[in-house]
Amino acid sequence: MMQANALYTADVAIVGGGIVGTAALYQLSQYRLRLALVEKNYEVGWGATKANSGIVHGGFHDDPSTWKGKLCIRGNQRYPELCEKLDVTFRQNGILMVALSEDDLPVLNKYLERGKANGVPGISIISRDEALELEPNLTPDIVAALYSPEGGVINPFEMAIAFAEVAQANGAAIFTDTEVTGLKREGELIHVETDKGVIAARFVINAAGLWSDEIARLAGDDYFTITPRKGEEYLTDKRAGNLVHRTIFPTPSPTSKGILAIPTAEGNLMIGPTALELPDKAALDTTEAGFREIVTSVKRLVPKIDSRDIITSFVGLRAASNRGDFIIEPSPRFPGLIHAAGIESPGLTAAPAIAEVLTQIMADAGLDLIPNPSARDTRPQVPHFHELSNEERAQLIAQDPRFGRVVCRCETVTEAEIVDAIKRGARTVDGVKFRTRAGMGRCQGGFCQPLIIGILARELGVDPTDITKRGPGTKILVSPLNKGMVESGAEMVANSGKEGQA
Amino acid sequence: MTQSPLKIDVLVIGGGPAGLAAALAAKKQGAQKVAVIERNHELGGILQQCIHNGFGLHRFQEELSGPEYAARFIHQIEGSDIDVYLNTMVISLSKDRTVTAVSPTHGLLTCQAGAIILAMGCRERTRGAINIPGYRPAGVFTAGAAQRFMNIEGYLPGKDVVILGSGDIGLIMARRFTLEGAKVHAVVEILPYAAGLTRNVAQCLDDFSIPLHLSSTVVGIEGKDRVEAVTIAQVDNSRRPIPGTEQTIKCDTLLLSVGLIPENELSREAEVPLDPMTSGPQVNELRETAVSGVFACGNVLHVHDLVDYVSDEAEIAGTAAAEFAQDQLPGKSAAISIRPGSGIRYALPQTIEHNQPFDLYLRVVEPVENAVIQIGDRQIRHRKVKPSEMLKIPIKAKDLESWQGRQEIIVELKTAEQGRKKEAASR
Repeated sequence: MMQANALYTADVAIVGGGIVGTAALYQLSQYRLRLALVEKNYEVGWGATKANSGIVHGGFHDDPSTWKGKLCIRGNQRYPELCEKLDVTFRQNGILMVALSEDDLPVLNKYLERGKANGVPGISIISRDEALELEPNLTPDIVAALYSPEGGVINPFEMAIAFAEVAQANGAAIFTDTEVTGLKREGELIHVETDKGVIAARFVINAAGLWSDEIARLAGDDYFTITPRKGEEYLTDKRAGNLVHRTIFPTPSPTSKGILAIPTAEGNLMIGPTALELPDKAALDTTEAGFREIVTSVKRLVPKIDSRDIITSFVGLRAASNRGDFIIEPSPRFPGLIHAAGIESPGLTAAPAIAEVLTQIMADAGLDLIPNPSARDTRPQVPHFHELSNEERAQLIAQDPRFGRVVCRCETVTEAEIVDAIKRGARTVDGVKFRTRAGMGRCQGGFCQPLIIGILARELGVDPTDITKRGPGTKILVSPLNKGMVESGAEMVANSGKEGQA
Repeated sequence: MTQSPLKIDVLVIGGGPAGLAAALAAKKQGAQKVAVIERNHELGGILQQCIHNGFGLHRFQEELSGPEYAARFIHQIEGSDIDVYLNTMVISLSKDRTVTAVSPTHGLLTCQAGAIILAMGCRERTRGAINIPGYRPAGVFTAGAAQRFMNIEGYLPGKDVVILGSGDIGLIMARRFTLEGAKVHAVVEILPYAAGLTRNVAQCLDDFSIPLHLSSTVVGIEGKDRVEAVTIAQVDNSRRPIPGTEQTIKCDTLLLSVGLIPENELSREAEVPLDPMTSGPQVNELRETAVSGVFACGNVLHVHDLVDYVSDEAEIAGTAAAEFAQDQLPGKSAAISIRPGSGIRYALPQTIEHNQPFDLYLRVVEPVENAVIQIGDRQIRHRKVKPSEMLKIPIKAKDLESWQGRQEIIVELKTAEQGRKKEAASR
């Protein structure tokens, strides 16, 4: 990606490359507009989006008078087509909200009514027996369940990457590893000051997630605050991925949707999240207490879930605002700045709809939306060797032998896919992982990480010691063992080449 | 595009120590077409990165390095007409012994095998599997991954190291890092005794004055980008950290040597029943699984501490697989199951079906002095047994005779309690 050394001018600058910022960038890239997106992480989608549970919510959780209620259902309806166009896995597995006592039944009814008011298709309350027939591994203690068949799951970071890739292909500039330091009004334009240079834009979208209150403050808006709500998630081996097929919710408490069992788009089972409000916006550490809470709670819903099947865990910090609803509105005092803040759950589901609202706000304020006939809204298919038939696999290997070299044995990811990911912008081990799944399986990169570092070094033309996990400060290798023996990575690079051709 | 499947008499999946010995034994037993499929670009498996010595003491009465040990078998393979498919990864295995594999040179390969030998080895348990809380910085490695970075790729992954787990790879890597000029601050073991071989504790830790913290574990990882420190704490009898015993050690690297898991994803696909204690297939004394014509040996079957025993076991499997492929495998007698009783973690094989003398492999649950292993009616005395050192007990014709008509033989560590009491009294 480019570096913003000097002044860059744009019609719209987006601060934040999470699911909201990238969805907006994708939508705007369909028009004749000059676009820039600024992201402080090394890649897009690496904030809260990376740790999102991936649920495309049914749309029954929130009141129809709220942004959350309105935009959730609209987003839900847009995902199947978006995923088709952007070659992102979408699994419309349905959602079950489970009542474990008679006391929960009025709550189920409340959500049924909400779902109906929001226009959720096919939503109904089903009996204990019907629920157990759909999901035999649910606890026999279940009393009834609310069933929303159009809920689904996607891979959230794949979605953000896909939005960004298509927008980039349409000409949008993405400045990663770039931090916004100031917002200044300069005549007709807003100067977005960053640590790498200035972007001058007519409109600025504040989609900075956890830091959206701080971005707002740069423009003098201090009327909302964002408090991180920490969520730990634990992921199981695919072996346990079929324990349930639908996303299982408990009957929620007033403050949280509760601890869920979520079959992921790729076939793992994700369990979590916790919900803990704390002041630290960098508290991405998992805890023993979180682990215990999640395992105990989820076993009440699906007793067969075994904590020994967990292969990894991670933390996401939800950007919860003091308003309790999404804040999607023009700044009251800084013309041209539009906030998309407080985007907590169901933010992933709502993101495509939030992008529509943001676009409309700017159109109302005078942004000309002229469709760009040469812009594309689809992403060229990304090869996933693992998902192909044997005939297709044989064909691919015949075309490119690197498809015959399996680098990640747990997820069956080939060298060709890794090289493709690097061509599409991956520069780090995590960048390769989030694009290809290499290193996401049961051995967690134990076998493939050395190979991936070798391929990254070879493709990027750098020394293996320069390869990082996820950007500055996260180097993996300290130094060559013996400088006389190994000439700055040449051997490792040569090794990867040799293996590829052998 | 799809070709008719290759016909192979004995197909070995995995070209590590188990696969090599199994293939050679199958060839020796008269199998015509023997093939080894190996995903790496060379044979030898994990031995190639084990550049320390100590391999082959039992088998060759010599102290070889890993690559040297592997070379003895690789040379024999090279001098035979065994087909070797390198850079080739098996992507599916069915119970009718059809194998699909891919490679850059051979493309998509389908084989129909007379007999299959599973020799895929094992993988390391990871941070996720043991749920160490904390941040996710760079600098957390499994010991084997660090070993590969150093011994195959030629890079140092860290300078200030803490090692969690005193398994053999962890001990070996403590010495390896020290020899390369890194500082190993501590080896931390949750058990009250070292998990690896006694000789490795002596040669890798004691000789270099590396502290071993027993009954302790890592309770936190600090550093948001790269590891900056780990917090260790003592644990109680139920292995829970004891509050107030925390100690923070500054370091840039945490190495995990917390156990190995047999890699049985293909076995599961072929519906091979597994033993929950070994995490490997259930086998009879010829290492035949419950799926006809599918054999298993080495670390995919159960995690070994000595490669010599892996080779021995692989020869049993290779010989039997060749006999099966040639329709020469003797018929089965009434099955006797061998069940681990008190004090025994697992016993292998899990069933006896051929009524011929064999070696029984055992692991105990905890270290015991003056132990008596009771197998059926027979008692075997051991001065000292420990979980890290697998016991190999020859089962003789007269044992089998005395077991005639029985369905189950229980293996127990009989005097475990007495042994422990004696130890306490002598203090």
